[in-house]
Order: sequence, then C-alpha cells, then structure tokens
Amino acid sequence: MKIGWLEVTVASIFIVVFLTLIFSRGAHWLEPRFWKKAAIFSGIIMSIFLIFLTFDTHRYINMGGVNVPEPDVINNKISYVLDPAKGYYVPKIGEQEEFFGKIWSKEEAAALIDKGKLTIQSRNCMDCHTLLGNGAYYAPDLTKAWLDPKWEQLIMPVVNKPTKEEAMAAWLQNPDKYPTWTRKMPNLKLTEEEAKAVVAYLKYMSAIYTNGFPDHFGVTAKQ
Amino acid sequence: MDKLYESQKLAIWYFAVAIVLFGAQILFGLVGAIQFVNPDFLFGVLDFSIGRMLHINALVVWLLLGFIGAIYWFLPQELNREVVGIKLGKLAFIILVAAVAVVVLVYLFVQIGPGDIKTLWFITEGREYIEAPRWADLGIVAVALVVFYNVVATVLAAKKITGILGVLIVDLGALFGLYLAGMFYTPNISVDQFYWWWVVHLWVEATWEVLIGVINAWALMYLLGSPRRLVETWLYIEVFLVFGTGILGLGHHYFWIGTPEYWLGIGGFFSAMEPIPLVAMIIHAIYDAGMHKLKTVNRPALFWLFANAFGNFLGAGVWGFMQTLPQINLYSHGTQMAASHGHLAFFGAYVAANLTILYIIIGELRKRGLTPQKGILYVLDSKAWRYAYVGMIIGIIGMTAALLVAGFTQTLQERAIGGSTWQAYINAQEHPWFKEAMLWRLGFGIFFFVAYLILIYDILTIKPVPVKEEEVEAEAEVIPEKA
Ligand code: HEM
Ligand code: HEM
Ligand SMILES: [Fe+2]
Repeated sequence: MKIGWLEVTVASIFIVVFLTLIFSRGAHWLEPRFWKKAAIFSGIIMSIFLIFLTFDTHRYINMGGVNVPEPDVINNKISYVLDPAKGYYVPKIGEQEEFFGKIWSKEEAAALIDKGKLTIQSRNCMDCHTLLGNGAYYAPDLTKAWLDPKWEQLIMPVVNKPTKEEAMAAWLQNPDKYPTWTRKMPNLKLTEEEAKAVVAYLKYMSAIYTNGFPDHFGVTAKQ
Repeated sequence: MDKLYESQKLAIWYFAVAIVLFGAQILFGLVGAIQFVNPDFLFGVLDFSIGRMLHINALVVWLLLGFIGAIYWFLPQELNREVVGIKLGKLAFIILVAAVAVVVLVYLFVQIGPGDIKTLWFITEGREYIEAPRWADLGIVAVALVVFYNVVATVLAAKKITGILGVLIVDLGALFGLYLAGMFYTPNISVDQFYWWWVVHLWVEATWEVLIGVINAWALMYLLGSPRRLVETWLYIEVFLVFGTGILGLGHHYFWIGTPEYWLGIGGFFSAMEPIPLVAMIIHAIYDAGMHKLKTVNRPALFWLFANAFGNFLGAGVWGFMQTLPQINLYSHGTQMAASHGHLAFFGAYVAANLTILYIIIGELRKRGLTPQKGILYVLDSKAWRYAYVGMIIGIIGMTAALLVAGFTQTLQERAIGGSTWQAYINAQEHPWFKEAMLWRLGFGIFFFVAYLILIYDILTIKPVPVKEEEVEAEAEVIPEKA
C-alpha cells in the first residue's frame, strides 16, 4: 500500500475535529469542556497516526528496506546521479568492486558496519560533523563523504595510498598531521580496525536514499 | 502563605543547581564560539566536540532541573498539602546531582573511548543532546520516576485533581516515557535518527511546550491573579494545538534520513502549523496582562513571562517556520540556520520560563519577615534585573542574527552553489560573511555572559521594595479550585 501525505493530513485532522464535536455535544465552544475534549483527541489521534506511520516507515529504513541498503553494499560501486523524473539526485548502486582488497561476506560486512557505528558514537563525531544533515556545524557534512572528490584529488596523493578506502583510513588515523585548512580535525586515536570500519560506514551511508539531500552533491552550479 | 512546604525547599535546591549549570553552559558555549574564530584555542585539550557536548547537555539538564523545581514549588500550593514522597524526592535530587557531576568529569577528562558498547555504557553515547552514557540514562529514568510518583501520589492523597494537574500528569508521563526512545543502540543510522528525534523534537515541540503551558498557567494566576477557569481553558486550547501540530510536525526531521517521501508533505504541513499555538500563548499573556494593567508584586517575573511569550513565538515559531518547508530545508538543513533557531527558541521558550519561576520563588522567599503596613505593598524590584533582562535579550538576539547570516551564507555558498562537498563547506566557512558573523556571535556571546553575571548578582541581592497600594493591584495566591 502506498501512503499519500495529503490523505494522512486530511484524515487525521478530520478525525480529531469529528470526535471532538461528537463528544463535546451540548458544550458551548468557549467552555473548558469543549477544549478539554479537543486536547484529548488531538493528542490521541495524532499519536495513533504517528505510530501507524512509524510501522510503515520501518519498511523503508530497515537495512535492506526500500531506502536503506544492506551492509554488504560496501562491495558495490556507489554513485550519485540525477533522476530526471524526480528532479533530484539519487544514489546508484553499481557493479561489484573490492573494498580494502576483498569482497566481504554478509556477516563480515554486518560486523564491520556495526563496528563503524560504535566507533562513530564513541568518538562523538556528531558533535563536530553532521551525518544525514544532523549533528554539529563545525566540520563538513558526511552524508555523502564517500563520494567526495577531495579524497582522490587531495588526500590520496598526500597520504600516498593506492585506493580511496586506504587513503581515507590513513587520513582518519592522523587527521591532525594532514590539515586541509586552518581548522584541523583532532586525532581521535582510531585504531586501524576502527578506521576501516568508519570508512565502511561512510560508504554504506552514501548509499542511503535521502530524497535528494544533499542536492547535486559534488556538482557545483558554477559549471 | 506563611511557612514553606518541604517540597518548596527542595524546589529552591533544584533552581540553585540549575542556575549554576546555566553559567557552565554559557562558558562552554564561549569556548566553541572562540574556536570558530581561532581553531587553535584549546585544540587537543578541550576540542570543539567536547565543549559543545557540555554546552548542550548542561542546557538540557538545567532546564529540566528548573522544570522539576517549578513542579515541586507549585504542587503543594495547588493541593494545599505537602508532597507525599518528599524524602524520596530529596534522595533523588542528591543522586541526580552526583550523577551529573560524575558525567561532567568523565566528559572533561576521559572524553572518548574505544568503539565498543562499553564506551556507550560508561563514557558517551555520542548522540547529540543525549550523549549521557547509559548508566546515567538509567539514573535519569529513576529520578524521573520519583518525580512522577510524587506528583501522582500527592494528587491521590489530596483526593483532588485540577485541570492543570490533569494535563501535568499526562504530559510528564509522555515526557519521561519518550526518553526511553533515546536509550538503545542500533547500527542503522536511519533508525537511530528516527527515534532520536522522538526524544529531541517530541520534547521541545510537544511535551516541553505543554509543560511550560502548565507552569505558565500557575505563574499567570500568581502574578496577575488570572481566574482559574480562564487559565485552564487556555491551557486546553494550547494542548490541543501543540499536540495537534507538533506530533506529526515531527515529520520535518524525516525529510532526508532515509525515510519515505510522504514525510515531506506531512512534516512540512504540520510543522508549518506549529506557530499557531505560540501565537495563542502570546494572546493569552497580553490579554491577561492588559486586564490587570501590568500591575503585579513581582516585576522581574512578569517581564520574564513576557519575554517567554514573545521569545517562544519568535524563536520557535518564526525562526523554525523559516526553515521548515522541505523545499527550503533541502538547502538550509544542517547549517548554522538550525543553530540560529535553536538559540532563540531555547532561550525564548525555556530559559525565560525558568527565570520567571525563579523570580517568583525569590519574591516569595524575600518577602518573609517584612511587617505588613497599611496602604503599602511590597513589590519585588531592583535596577539590576532590568540590566540583566535587557542584556540577555540583546545578547541572544545578536547571536541569533549573526548565526542567521552565517547560516544563510552556508545555505547559498555551501549547499545551493557549492554542492555540499568538503571543499564547498570550507569555502563557505572562509567566506567573509561567515567569518564576520562568527566575530559578531562571539561579541554578543560575551555580552550575554556579562548579563548572566548581573543576573547572578541580582538574584542574590534583589528584595521587595515598598510601594503605595493604589499603584499595585493585590497579589493573588494560587487559588485552589472551588470544589
Ligand atoms: C521551543 C520550541 C523549539 C525549540 C527549543 C527548537 C529547537 C531546535 C533545535 C535545537 C534544532 C536543531 C536540532 C539539531 O541539533 O539538529 C531545531 C531544528 C529544527 N527546528 Fe526547532 N525548535 C523549536 C520549535 C520549532 C518549531 C515550532 C518549528 C517549526 C515551525 C521548528 C522547526 C525546526 C526545523 C525545520 C529544524 C531542522 C533544521 C535543520 O534541518 O537542520 N522548531 N529546533
Ligand atoms: C555566550 C553564549 C553562547 C555561546 C557563545 C554559544 C555558542 C554555541 C556554539 C559555538 C554552538 C555550536 C554550534 C555549532 O555546532 O556550530 C552552540 C550550540 C547550541 N547552543 Fe549555544 N551558545 C551560547 C548560549 C546559548 C544559550 C543561552 C542557549 C539556550 C538558550 C544555547 C543553546 C544552544 C543549542 C540548542 C545548540 C545546538 C544547536 C544545534 O545543534 O542546532 N546556547 N552554542
Ligand atoms: Fe522539530
């Protein structure tokens, strides 16, 4: 079943108004009783709608759901392309490619992603960066960081690694050594294993379907 | 009212700790503001992430302490009896303060941990606003249960419930219950953020709004003698509007996190309606004040109540509305636009509300021992509170304006033109508009801190001054509802 926003909006408001009017019959609209009923029904009905929508939303946001990939998406090439019908950019999951020199099994990939997320939380990444646009504003948004041209253009030559993922892992372990501008990222003492896991997480996150955010990532309007 | 209830004494303790944490909050905010201007400041000692975490955690904790204090202050007056589990309440308070102290020390000196579940249990959970490690979460839940128990058990023991208390009980249940949504770990960041917003949004835009509706209802009755029936009717209207718009308004955080497209419409529509209850609150405050020609025995409290009504509308209503439609949010999301809104909204809606109650409490305490004289009323007043009041408002509006400029620069340069990459981010941060805005923010931040110091001076020294009776209308105690 496909849910439409307008139907949900109209239905929820209609039900609140309808129930309020039914249950406060006889009360003048300036009486407390009338508004008490209105308060009760708006709280209950809107909560019910939220719970219902939450169940439906899980179909999209569970790993392997409509919008969120399985962890083993790290074995695929990922790009961000314009969907002309939508008018915005969407992630494209392409052919298989090696990640840190191998193809990861489902279990290995899941463990790696789990480690990546734990590492991101344990180092408070979101208190400087935004992920999916949420967090702090002291450092760049990481939603599509895996696709950022800077890794190939600047970081790979500087840290001297042959692949993007290795360059990212190397940089993340010593960001204070390779500053890109006046504001440096502190050294968060990532182990090699943790750095790899974080890189995997960034790749995985770049494959999430985000309704076009951030718009035209990596493509400047100036061209 | 002659003697203080034990519960009211506890309220004073809650506010004392709250106000100290407010100062800590501002200091850590200043560290972050300096780092935007000079990134080498405390680099490697107190990195931006740590200072920011302390800044916003202190904010959340002190506001909650103030709310609980306000409840403990008004509850016995409302029911004409002592709070039932007052010993338990005191114990919970001590545990809470001790836990906060330990968490702060760990944040400051341990800061981060290895990437495993133990770090989440004992150091940080790494989720903005609710970074507190899980052991502390459990403590917070326990304290919340005690507060909730105390409210419900006191109502039961008094065998009486008012409309205000009915709303309070339902709202507290929801408020504390929602915290549980922020306590679990998942490797899936979309699911993580989905429920993280249940705590953050459904707190500040639903349950906290209703809670200050409750607290302001008491404050209005106390400060202006507004009739209970009127105040309760308004409260119901506010609850209706806040829940009616704010619950599905949650969708304005579900535009870009992997959630389905229908949230763009639902979130956009309902959140765009969220300013309506905030307008209603302003009308309520102005109407009541107009009815009483601004006459009160507690000037600072009344003025903070106004700051509350207007600040809530401006900061939450207008500044939130600005960026809530998905077509705009696509570009403004995750920029200083959010910080601009966050500062004005938290200040207007919740800091001002807490300061209102704080001054009400001070007014009650300091009028003790004054001998009543015929034709004379004692009005809480001083010069200093005016300076603190105006200073804080100028400080926060200045910071908000500066962040708005910074946020707009990001929206255009980083997102719309630059395509949101690492380099686009740097370009926007190096843009002269942005850099200048950060200097202004720091300046107004220092200004705000000075105003805070004046506030501290004032709350330590302010006392009631005698005024001729005809100039002030009689103060009304919180009038218990006629049975
Ligand atoms: C007192 C009530 C409110 C408070 C304290 C508040 C506070 C905040 C804060 C702190 C954030 C940033 C969250 C983060 O760290 O990512 C935020 C985000 C946001 N708020 Fe509010 N808010 C309030 C009410 C409102 C209202 C009424 C609206 C809409 C009319 C609104 C619209 C938004 C939007 C759209 C965002 C997301 C910004 C982004 O995309 O980055 N807020 N709010
Ligand atoms: C001297 C005064 C203050 C200064 C210098 C200051 C500075 C800061 C800084 C640097 C940040 C980090 C923003 C970023 O990630 O780029 C921040 C965030 C924040 N501050 Fe303040 N602050 C001050 C006062 C306040 C007050 C009084 C409040 C609440 C009433 C407040 C509420 C917040 C909130 C909610 C955030 C998170 C915003 C978001 O994530 O969107 N701050 N502040
Ligand atoms: Fe919100």
